[in-house]
Amino acid sequence: MKNRVLAAVIGAGTVVASLSACGGGEEEAGAAVDPGSCSVPITKTEAAIVSVWAWYPNAATVVENFNEGHDDVQVCLTNAGQGADEYARFQTAVSAGTGAPDVIMLETDTVPVFALQEALVDLTEYGAADVQGNFGEGAWKDVSSGDAVYGIPVDGGPMAMMYRTDVFEQYGITPPTTWDEYRAAGEKLKAEGGPLMGDLPANVPAPTVALMQQNGAEPWVYDSANPTELSIDLNGPESKEVLDYWAGLVEDGIVGTQDQFTTDYIAGAIAGDYATYISAAWAPGYLTGAGAGEGADAGNWAVAPLPQWDTANPVSVNWGGSVWSVTSQSQQKENAALVAKELYADEASLTDGWESQTIFPLNQSILTSQEFIDNETEFFSGQTANKDVYIPAAEAYEGSTYSPFGTTFYAQFTEEIAAINNGEKSGSQALDDLQAEMETYATQQGFTLK
Amino acid sequence: MATLHTAPRPDAPTAGPPAGQRRRKQGRGRSQGLIGWAFLAPFAVVFLVFLIAPLLYAFYLSLYTKGLATGERFAGLENYSRAFSDPSFLNGVWFVVRFSFIVIPAQMIVALAAALVLDSVTSRFSRFARLMIFIPYAIPAVIGAVIWGFLYSPSFGPLEQLFGDDAPFLLSPDNLFYGFTNVVTWQWAGYFMIILYAALQGIDPSVYEAAKIDGAGSWQIATRIKIPMISSALILVLVFSLIGTLQFFAEPQVLTPISNGAIGTDITPNVYAFNLAFRFAQFNYASAISFALGIVVFIGVYIFLFATRKRGGFLQ
Repeated sequence: MKNRVLAAVIGAGTVVASLSACGGGEEEAGAAVDPGSCSVPITKTEAAIVSVWAWYPNAATVVENFNEGHDDVQVCLTNAGQGADEYARFQTAVSAGTGAPDVIMLETDTVPVFALQEALVDLTEYGAADVQGNFGEGAWKDVSSGDAVYGIPVDGGPMAMMYRTDVFEQYGITPPTTWDEYRAAGEKLKAEGGPLMGDLPANVPAPTVALMQQNGAEPWVYDSANPTELSIDLNGPESKEVLDYWAGLVEDGIVGTQDQFTTDYIAGAIAGDYATYISAAWAPGYLTGAGAGEGADAGNWAVAPLPQWDTANPVSVNWGGSVWSVTSQSQQKENAALVAKELYADEASLTDGWESQTIFPLNQSILTSQEFIDNETEFFSGQTANKDVYIPAAEAYEGSTYSPFGTTFYAQFTEEIAAINNGEKSGSQALDDLQAEMETYATQQGFTLK
Repeated sequence: MATLHTAPRPDAPTAGPPAGQRRRKQGRGRSQGLIGWAFLAPFAVVFLVFLIAPLLYAFYLSLYTKGLATGERFAGLENYSRAFSDPSFLNGVWFVVRFSFIVIPAQMIVALAAALVLDSVTSRFSRFARLMIFIPYAIPAVIGAVIWGFLYSPSFGPLEQLFGDDAPFLLSPDNLFYGFTNVVTWQWAGYFMIILYAALQGIDPSVYEAAKIDGAGSWQIATRIKIPMISSALILVLVFSLIGTLQFFAEPQVLTPISNGAIGTDITPNVYAFNLAFRFAQFNYASAISFALGIVVFIGVYIFLFATRKRGGFLQ
């Protein structure tokens, strides 16, 4: 009997001990990194180890290149999930005050969300200026808020219009250069029983915001120097013109209302259900990865510049792209900043990135390299897409200010676009509602509206 | 014979052993008590650390408020008054309440019918059928939702192949309700069927013989004997599905990206709380939403159990 009591007590004790061991482990994660947990093995164990979260498809290659080229600092890579999954983890770590990596990959429009929570380090103190010259003005503005810089750009998404050459040929359409022509082409397709001209996805509002910016809208004005001041202008005439235009296309059955980044959308794109795909420079790589442009679908794609509202004053916009940010929880910010500046910045990694079509690099060393400029993109049947479309769009991009609560904004905008797609609201009405909701939310969160 | 009474309940706990024996056993009783606690300890520790402590912490969080642009401050019950006037939360609650009115009867009918059939048929096939009906429950809810997402797909699902371009999209705003009802019923009916089937197996067959002698047909046996006799299992199943439905989370969460915006971030209170915390960085308000949902569920279940106290036996 005694033995049994003892065993039970020991059993319970072991549970408690292992539980507390777990707790202890988590707390230390921010300070020291266990080299064994890295997805790319670290050989130079005496060097300082910087933990990095990233989900680039070629992240392992990139980290290997960095670790080979550096002796004092090594990168420990973790894939903490893609996009929203990683942000949820990072958000938890930020709220908990522990558990964040030293350096994190963020999409450009997410940077302000975490900068606002003081989760990211202003890199101007850590020599961000050293690498500023590597990037265009627009790319640099995207990661800046006032004088502060919260990330080092890696890749971008200058927008363009991908289209199906088979559909355009069959119905005798030339690539539209203005949005009026775009609509006319769509009407022609519809009248002749062709496929849809394009798509207005509810689940990804970012390109729609970019299209509003193309028409001169400036939805968010925000400077992290005055973090409680904010101005929101989502229902200005420029924005309304754009969204009413798209709502009209939806109403007339010219474009589809399918959510993107779904199997259904990809299947439709491959089957030629959409004559155009308003997308960014990373889209060919994304579609290739999803199985487009192969077999029967090969040789059907080409790309043209984004249609314009005013051809006399063309405007380039951006959708997506990512940066390296240093987290405030990092115990070694100097090393972390070094990683942010030099990881995925060497030529070998960048070349690997654009050749495998996983990124559209923003580093000028690539954008100005003859090899990149003259590259004949296989997905576009040998079209020199970089030279013709994407590089000019990237160079002309002037940068934008993203919402400091982008996740909430996108979620709300998703509901409004869904309402448009279901025929419940006009574009203007949706934007008026969105503006009101965002104002209420901002006030509730303690912002002063200007 | 209008109705049969439910199986007799065990009598009130029997009185303790006579006084003389009690004194003799006292020493041993204390060490047995210790052993009892020691055996309980592993569970108790896990229970305290992983259930009670997080609950208390969440409640503590819910009493504070932190705007994105402002610091944290004590808010008292402010978050709760905000929750109960927040249309996102109230619509979410209304959605799950409406949903439970549809989905619970659907689940119960399927489960009860399957259990009754399996109870009266005994062949090798019935064992196989029992397993097949149960299997959806063994598939994780997330995987199940993904599978249904493919089946509902407007471009390559079976509906598309049957109806062509006119195929209904079961995740559109108008059809969402039926789409969800189907998935949830598929997932849970098998589990409830097993509970009801086990209860049916526990009925003494001599009752059926007596009924047959009295001239009851098999339909009468089912409706007049079997169903009344397993009423407490039915109530149990009802409570399970009520709680599960009010906390509806996995399916909407998984199907959101393919619903073309029909499933919002606040479709059910649980989804709303998750998004508030992990996407919108509002842990305090999310905690309050979770607790507010807890209150609603508790009140709902209590009212239900009180109303059915005669049959359920939960509140006695």
